[in-house]
Amino acid sequence: MGKRAINKINIKNIFTYGILGIWTIINLFPLYWLLTFSLKNNREIFGENVIGLPREWVWSNYTRALTIGSVGRYFFNSMFVTGVTILLTVIFATMATYALTRLVWKGRKAANNIFMLGLTVPIHAAILPIFLVLNKLEWLNSYQALFIPYTGFALTMAILICGGFMASIPRELEEAACIDGCSVYGIFFRIILPLLKPAIATISIFTYLAAWNELMFAVVFIRDKDYRTLTVGIQSLQGTFSTEWGPIGAALVIATIPTLILYIFMSKKIQESLISGAIKG
Amino acid sequence: MDSVRKNKLAIVLFLFPAAALFIMIIIVPIIMSAYYSLQNWDGFSQGTFIGFDNYIELIQNKTVNFPKAFRNAGLLAVLSVFIQLPVALGLALLLARGIKGERFFVGVFFLPVLLSTVVIGHLWRRIYHLSYGIVNVGLRAIGLETFVRDWLGDPGIVLIAVFIPLLWQYVGYHMLLMYAGIKSISPELKEAAKIDGATDGQISRLIIIPLLKPILRICIIFAVTGSLKAFDIIHVLTGGGPLRASEVPSTLMVEMIFRRNRYGFGSSMAIAIIMLCFFFAVLIKTTIRTEVDSDG
Repeated sequence: MGKRAINKINIKNIFTYGILGIWTIINLFPLYWLLTFSLKNNREIFGENVIGLPREWVWSNYTRALTIGSVGRYFFNSMFVTGVTILLTVIFATMATYALTRLVWKGRKAANNIFMLGLTVPIHAAILPIFLVLNKLEWLNSYQALFIPYTGFALTMAILICGGFMASIPRELEEAACIDGCSVYGIFFRIILPLLKPAIATISIFTYLAAWNELMFAVVFIRDKDYRTLTVGIQSLQGTFSTEWGPIGAALVIATIPTLILYIFMSKKIQESLISGAIKG
Repeated sequence: MDSVRKNKLAIVLFLFPAAALFIMIIIVPIIMSAYYSLQNWDGFSQGTFIGFDNYIELIQNKTVNFPKAFRNAGLLAVLSVFIQLPVALGLALLLARGIKGERFFVGVFFLPVLLSTVVIGHLWRRIYHLSYGIVNVGLRAIGLETFVRDWLGDPGIVLIAVFIPLLWQYVGYHMLLMYAGIKSISPELKEAAKIDGATDGQISRLIIIPLLKPILRICIIFAVTGSLKAFDIIHVLTGGGPLRASEVPSTLMVEMIFRRNRYGFGSSMAIAIIMLCFFFAVLIKTTIRTEVDSDG
């Protein structure tokens, strides 16, 4: 009897780990393959050594992608656009949330509801009108053509996340600061903002992922090579390296590195952020 | 304190940047899109008001074939709900049993969610490559030469081929949501059922899944609206081809507006996409009732 129970547990364990193992391989194998072909020459990729580790490690794929393929430039553009988007989103959203949750004025409920409308609006809805305005301002092919719309679309989620954290900050803190003679600005910048650090981290993660990976706006608003972000730039490598996979693979890896580094250092925080975002949204 | 909280200037200053941006980027553009959708307009000459003609064309025009694009997105949605979500649920149930290496598996399964769909698209284009992609190389290696084909070039299977990378990328997302949901169910419930002699399968089916309903509903809504809005993966993998076989509403909309300058007609597609997403979200929300709803 005892032996049979043990057998049963073993079989169940084998089954569980078998399935999880298979899915792990399905998940990681394409990424492993990407990493290896980014370091191979055409001969190995196209037949001699399709799935093995590179026999000859062709690091020049990376340097060629960065220089000839302009991936270095695209990388900088993506960093800059994403960085500014995060900065603006954090500043605007924390300020707005403070006004929406702690300051007292008529219509703040309604204002909050209007911001929450953003949850249901896909970017499709806005692409042509924004394009026309950018065109009129002669702002197509510029950084602001991306970071302004990105920030606009990031605000709703950011205010939602920030509101949740704000609710946990006791009002007594503000009152104490007020009695000590702090102005409303002092209260916000010296008391509230430092306490919102976890919210700011969550907002930054969300905004980073959205801005770094965005394609539709970037494809439509940016034609000029100098302002292309990685998502659009990678598309154009197709022409530069039409018959070479190595440098394109290298570009794909380079575009993924920042996300990977973030994930390695804060996987738990990133997972929690996306869960809370999904459930609230 | 009250005087501080009611400081009018502060209220305006704090709210202004976000409100201005939100109105400029979201509110006004939606209204403008709705307005353009009622016009015959190419972006250069003066547009003329044509009422709902664009929407009628949307349904009737056989060359543009929006209904086909919608059906394609619908197929992706159906595949997502009936293949992707069950896979995610299965993995979540296995993981939440409290096995060794739980964190590792969650970490690995969630990784593709974070990657750019553009990167994933370019990677899968190569995975599907006729001569050197690992799918066909693998098939040849195990002697299934007859199954080797140009996966993204065959109108009959291209949608399935597009769905696989989507599945690959987003299973982890749904799995994480479900896993977190299962973890938040009180362990006493499971313990009690176990003492009463329930098997793991019964616990999953009779206790965990019913309690997971609110999360499952969120996942279904995401899977469906996500499919209706899908753009990136199709743009990179096929551009809607071959022969428009993988066209979805978003790729069609971008083509109409920015390649053919059919601003009015394209805007009617934008509005149709929003309406469809909204309609299906509400439909799913009302069809799948949860305890939370009936309490309220």
